[in-house]
Amino acid sequence: MDKLLTRVGVLFVVALLAFVAMVLGVDQAFSVHMGIACVAALIAMAVSMKKFDFLTQRFPVLSGPTVASRYDDDPIRWGVIATMFWGIAGFLVGLIIALQLAFPVLNLNLEYTTFGRLRPLHTSAVIFAFGGNALIATSFYVVQRTCRARLAFPGLARFVFWGYQLFIVLAATGYLMGVTEAKEYAEPEWYVDIWLTVVWVSYLVVFVGTLVKRKEPHIYVANWFYLAFIITVAMLHLVNNLSMPVSLFGSKSYSAFAGVQDALTQWWYGHNAVGFFLTAGFLAMMYYFVPKQAERPVYSYRLSIVHFWSLIFLYIWAGPHHLHYTALPDWAQTLGMVFSIVLWMPSWGGMINGLMTLNGAWDKIRTDPIIRMMVMALAFYGMSTFEGPMLSIKAVNSLSHYTDWTIGHVHSGALGWNGMITFACLYYLFPRLWGRARMYSLRMINWHFWLSTLGIVFYASAMWVAGIMQGLMWREYGADGYLVYSFAETVAAMFPMYVIRAFGGLLYLCGALIMVYNVWMTVAGKLRDEKAMTETPHNPDADRPYVAVPAE
Amino acid sequence: MNYNDLRHFADSWGLVAMGMIFLVLVAWPFRKGASGRNHDAAHIIFRDDDDD
Repeated sequence: MDKLLTRVGVLFVVALLAFVAMVLGVDQAFSVHMGIACVAALIAMAVSMKKFDFLTQRFPVLSGPTVASRYDDDPIRWGVIATMFWGIAGFLVGLIIALQLAFPVLNLNLEYTTFGRLRPLHTSAVIFAFGGNALIATSFYVVQRTCRARLAFPGLARFVFWGYQLFIVLAATGYLMGVTEAKEYAEPEWYVDIWLTVVWVSYLVVFVGTLVKRKEPHIYVANWFYLAFIITVAMLHLVNNLSMPVSLFGSKSYSAFAGVQDALTQWWYGHNAVGFFLTAGFLAMMYYFVPKQAERPVYSYRLSIVHFWSLIFLYIWAGPHHLHYTALPDWAQTLGMVFSIVLWMPSWGGMINGLMTLNGAWDKIRTDPIIRMMVMALAFYGMSTFEGPMLSIKAVNSLSHYTDWTIGHVHSGALGWNGMITFACLYYLFPRLWGRARMYSLRMINWHFWLSTLGIVFYASAMWVAGIMQGLMWREYGADGYLVYSFAETVAAMFPMYVIRAFGGLLYLCGALIMVYNVWMTVAGKLRDEKAMTETPHNPDADRPYVAVPAE
Repeated sequence: MNYNDLRHFADSWGLVAMGMIFLVLVAWPFRKGASGRNHDAAHIIFRDDDDD
């Protein structure tokens, strides 16, 4: 009771402070954000007082009462649902901004819906909201199973989930109101950064606490990748967001670094966000869920360790390749390029390790649409980790940089690798978390697979063509030394590719919507009566012993 | 310690130390007797059939 009273008291003080900050706010966006924080603290207070779990009370099905779990799975159940929700939101905004590029009238002539504000909303929604929730949920699932221990600090684990959602809401509303640090993938302003730091350190505490109380002597390799992801993201976030607020009651701050130092810090952050958030974290998912779904151990555990240390030691140097031909010293650019190329090797080592896990079970690609998704995810991982080093070579980069080729590269990695492996893991998790025999429909997973794959193919090929064309047009000189094309001409030339890209995005979104329906029915406890994915028909004519025919 | 000292440390002893640590970590799973441990570790996720 004392504990509860203290908690309610603290939350009330937080709500009061937020309210005061809202009143004192020097700009509107800051006041709106403090208002959101105040409401969040009041809700948390009311929930603590009533001592009930709002989500599971309101929607009992979310708690999965039929499952008497040995593990603490509530935050994971919320996490996978949040992943689906933010995924749809992020894909939808992505489709909208793709259409805005083709049809500028869709900017609606409103400051809140312009491309410049919706674009960070899209990138953060898919990377941090969709990807981040998937990483938190799967890491909590995997660390418990591989350590044979329940989550350490269950209360803190719930705080991590809700605190992270609050971070997403603050970041997203901030973008719409024009609050930004103007650092790619690190746009949220100083107070949101501080909040994320609190949440992230709590996440680290829950994860490491669970590792410490493990019953299994060896720490399975997936947890190495998760831990590397959590620690490195904490370090990147802290350094890149060092800034000085103009006012303690305002949303504007200035970076601690200036000029080329600021640029290099940003791309040290930016590229390692790719390396440790979108690669190490998702590889952790790969190292647990691919062997589980294939029902065979990982191809080579030894290779997985080599893969781990190589990624950790190499990725951190690759950032400068984002700043080729800029004011960054030439040696630093070359360093970034060399390490990017060296990274090709461990990346493909990891891809081979994942794919070869299916050695002896390749037939599952025919029969199991989840395995099919995992294989496609690994194929895209391999493709984009080949494309990346290639684009980092200075000569190639002089053509590709600032063009839509980069956008195509990012999306073949994000939609192909991160998206597909997340979908596959969610399809693995939903029936298990709700105690169902299987997903509602395997054939719908297959539909999802094909829609996503086709969508990515349309997207990536359109962007290759658009990017290379754009790059070639930019560098085209006429006989008398003038540039042949104006910038607007290159934009006009890309119109058909922009439409094809939006179509690819639409297919990808449709696949995800099919997934939502499938998940909904699975959670509701329904099984679709459908034809099996494959059949092995019996041929009675062939089913007889060989009869030797005497020679004539 | 100024910038210059730091960068000379980074591209000499720092580099050697990082390189050595990396080589030891990568060689570690190849040591004698490690293959049995690796095999066990790879099977951790299947030891318990019931993961609920």
